[in-house]
Amino acid sequence: MTDTAASPASRPRHALTAADARTRKRNAAEIRFKYLGLGAILIGLAFLVILVVSIIRAGTPAFTRTVVEVDYVLTQAQFEEAESAVLKTGIYTRFFSEFVAQQAQDQGIEAEITAASLERIMGKVGSDIRSYYRENPDDIGTPVTFQLTAASRVDGYINGSITRDGFVSSRFLETEDLDVIDALQAAGIITSGIDTTFFFGADSGVDNPGGAGIGVSVVGSFFMMLVVLVLSLPISVAASIYLEEFAPKNRWTDLIEVNISNLAAVPSIVFGILGLAVFIQFMHLPQSAPLVGGLVLTLMTLPTIIIATRASLKAVPPSIRDAALGVGASKMQTVFHHVLPLAAPGILTGTIIGLAQALGETAPLLLIGMVGFVARDYPGTFAGGFTEANSAMPAQIYTWASRADPGFYEKAWGGIIILLIFLLSMNILAIILRRRFERRW
Amino acid sequence: MSVLWLLTILLALAVAAFVAARGRALASAGGDASQLHSLPNYYGWNAALFVMVPAFLTLVVWLIAQPLIVGQRVQADIDPGAVAAGSSMSLFMSDVRRVADGLDTAVEAGVMSAADAAAQSDVEGLRATLGDVGVALGSDVSAETLRAAQAYRQMSRTGNVLQSGLVILLALAGMAYAVMRTSADFRARNVVERVILWLLIGAASIAILTTIGIVLSLVFNTVTFFGMYPASEFFFGTEWAPSFTGRGGASELGVVPLIWGTLYISIVALIVAVPIGLLAAIYLAEYASPAVRSFAKPCLEVLAGIPTIVYGLFALLTIGPFLVDVFGRDGALGLGWMSGGTAVMTAGLVMGIMLIPFVSSLSDDIINAVPQALRDGSYGLGATQSETIKQVILPAALPGIVGAILLAASRAIGETMIVVLGAGAAARLSLNPFEAMTTVTAKIVSQLTGDSDFASPEALVAFALGMTLFVITLGLNVLALYIVRKYREQYE
Repeated sequence: MTDTAASPASRPRHALTAADARTRKRNAAEIRFKYLGLGAILIGLAFLVILVVSIIRAGTPAFTRTVVEVDYVLTQAQFEEAESAVLKTGIYTRFFSEFVAQQAQDQGIEAEITAASLERIMGKVGSDIRSYYRENPDDIGTPVTFQLTAASRVDGYINGSITRDGFVSSRFLETEDLDVIDALQAAGIITSGIDTTFFFGADSGVDNPGGAGIGVSVVGSFFMMLVVLVLSLPISVAASIYLEEFAPKNRWTDLIEVNISNLAAVPSIVFGILGLAVFIQFMHLPQSAPLVGGLVLTLMTLPTIIIATRASLKAVPPSIRDAALGVGASKMQTVFHHVLPLAAPGILTGTIIGLAQALGETAPLLLIGMVGFVARDYPGTFAGGFTEANSAMPAQIYTWASRADPGFYEKAWGGIIILLIFLLSMNILAIILRRRFERRW
Repeated sequence: MSVLWLLTILLALAVAAFVAARGRALASAGGDASQLHSLPNYYGWNAALFVMVPAFLTLVVWLIAQPLIVGQRVQADIDPGAVAAGSSMSLFMSDVRRVADGLDTAVEAGVMSAADAAAQSDVEGLRATLGDVGVALGSDVSAETLRAAQAYRQMSRTGNVLQSGLVILLALAGMAYAVMRTSADFRARNVVERVILWLLIGAASIAILTTIGIVLSLVFNTVTFFGMYPASEFFFGTEWAPSFTGRGGASELGVVPLIWGTLYISIVALIVAVPIGLLAAIYLAEYASPAVRSFAKPCLEVLAGIPTIVYGLFALLTIGPFLVDVFGRDGALGLGWMSGGTAVMTAGLVMGIMLIPFVSSLSDDIINAVPQALRDGSYGLGATQSETIKQVILPAALPGIVGAILLAASRAIGETMIVVLGAGAAARLSLNPFEAMTTVTAKIVSQLTGDSDFASPEALVAFALGMTLFVITLGLNVLALYIVRKYREQYE
């Protein structure tokens, strides 16, 4: 030992202020590792940003629609001429396109507006006009304002998802139609506005993406959430109270605990199988009904709410219980009069988060028949809201996403924005409640 | 009488019982509440519970049992010869139920009198009448079906009358018993608390009932399936080609390609999620300042709160086309590896994004649980922070992290929407990650949606697939929870 100490010359000498090669290497590794971690976080956040941006970019066009608005006058002579022809709607279309062309020309805009291109722009306009005048023959000869919904590809051209470069003419829209659209837009005949049909309307047929709305499925989701709330809140509070306050340490309690933690990890599709086999095949409850959806989602949500409720019951300090017991309350009175009210904010927050989870759940709904069903009508009565076949928001989005017409993709993205707005507001509500009422002991 | 009305009546009776029992208790003590054993309201609650609980439980059991019993009795009366060849008893019964429902609708809409509906024997006329109220009858509805449907309605109606009578009778009996028992010395609070405790136990046991329900619904249908299709071919068959029922031809229902697709997609997802999630967790736990942590952690967790349908659509419409642009025939790299947007890569990548917060928050918890003394010891020996992490903290946290990865894997295997929309529908055994493959969950969805007959092997195979999925995920979860728990105990 003394040898080594006595011969310092055998070891390299370092100045403490200048790092040697090995230290530099270690420090560089340190920095590399730190930036690797930072990079991972940034990648995660970048994914979030990409997701949000692509949702908003693809979804916002669903909220607007393009309308062709014309103050149209049909003369009695024209009406008679068209009605006596063989192809009646064709004649109406011709009159209408001549009228529109004239109107554009009056405003000093030159464009060759043909009946064929107008039909491509706004669908079978002739039949709309004919059916209007057949129902209201008194309006012949006076100006009537027609608001006709433009085809989904026109929508795309107006909001920029279809551009002139790389545009391929098809039987749906041809290149010269774009000139017509420009001209009509300049004349103020084609305008775009908020699409109220999308917010409040029902699902449309497979060939009409323009008329599809999410309103009915929002109502379906609402009734489902009502079922989930009414069933899962009392059941999970009761279960949590038992497990947290009363349960003796025995096998039955262990069994319940293991079951709850396993149910929380069972794939959601398995709950769908359960719903199909038990509620529909065995009990013969109606298919596609929000009641069945609500029951399945209740079973899925129970573990979430139970875990949150138990955490907030656990957070109530034992001194509260001791004090209540000390002044003569029974165990049950202690729990229901003192512990439960103090735990209520936490329970409420957990319930809202559980509901938000249930609201976005799709897979089990596929199996109990919530897809493939076209939700055309609002439920007639309040009780009918539970038992009449309906869709739900995520199921409706899935239905749209799996349809062949790409016009529905836009609707699906729009539906996702609505769904996320609901989820976001529920989560914000939960955060506000937590901030407002949370007590630290 | 509808169930809603019955419940309203029960509620009204309960309120009446509450008032009556409370009044009786107070009267028996001469109006002096301090002479009572319990607070006056407990006497009321006692009576109300005696009205509600037995009647309500009977109602629930009856509602579940009645359709089964009625269905069985109607089925027993049906001449087996009336069931058309190529059809089955269960299809016939569902027709019967549909006709019975249709008759109910028609009576409700007023196009048919109740007597008419019970005596109607003209099938053609009935089809027209029901068509007017929006109930479509299939062409295979025979006179036998109609007769069975009428018997079904008749029995259901008798059942409903019996049910209402029994429930109200039980409620009244409970009310009479509880009110009679009420006196100043009656220990109302103890009884009420005992009943409430049993209700609490019942609520807690619903978790067990759910598990039993899942297992039974999977097992029964799986056993039926294996009765029609050999189990060995299901587990070891390498061909998945279900034929559509009624078109003839045998189905090949081998699960191997589905399991392969599931595992392949899960592996791709884990390759994305584990490094990013783990490094993010390390940074958050060891390096990040409190300000960064309080911003980045919730932001990452937002990814976990987004519904899977959103990820599915993102895979189908954004990531899929993007990957085709890069790896497709005319893609940026000119490789021509990918022909369609739906592929293992698409689904795996998006699923990986979904799992990042799952891995990161679990690993974050686990890294934070490593005792500070281990870190301090390592720093004291002169290790840098990254050396401490790599050589001390990660080995110490390894069991927990393995548990977290297993949990993430079980999530990936059970995930449905992303693969339904993003992975494609073709079942194949291939190594190319840019090809479309399908998974167990996606096939459960495709076999059980649509109008297939639930008694056919093509539909029942979904339950066998569900069973496989349930067993795999349950095994992974139990293993993961065991590892995590073992690990936690180590440092407590």
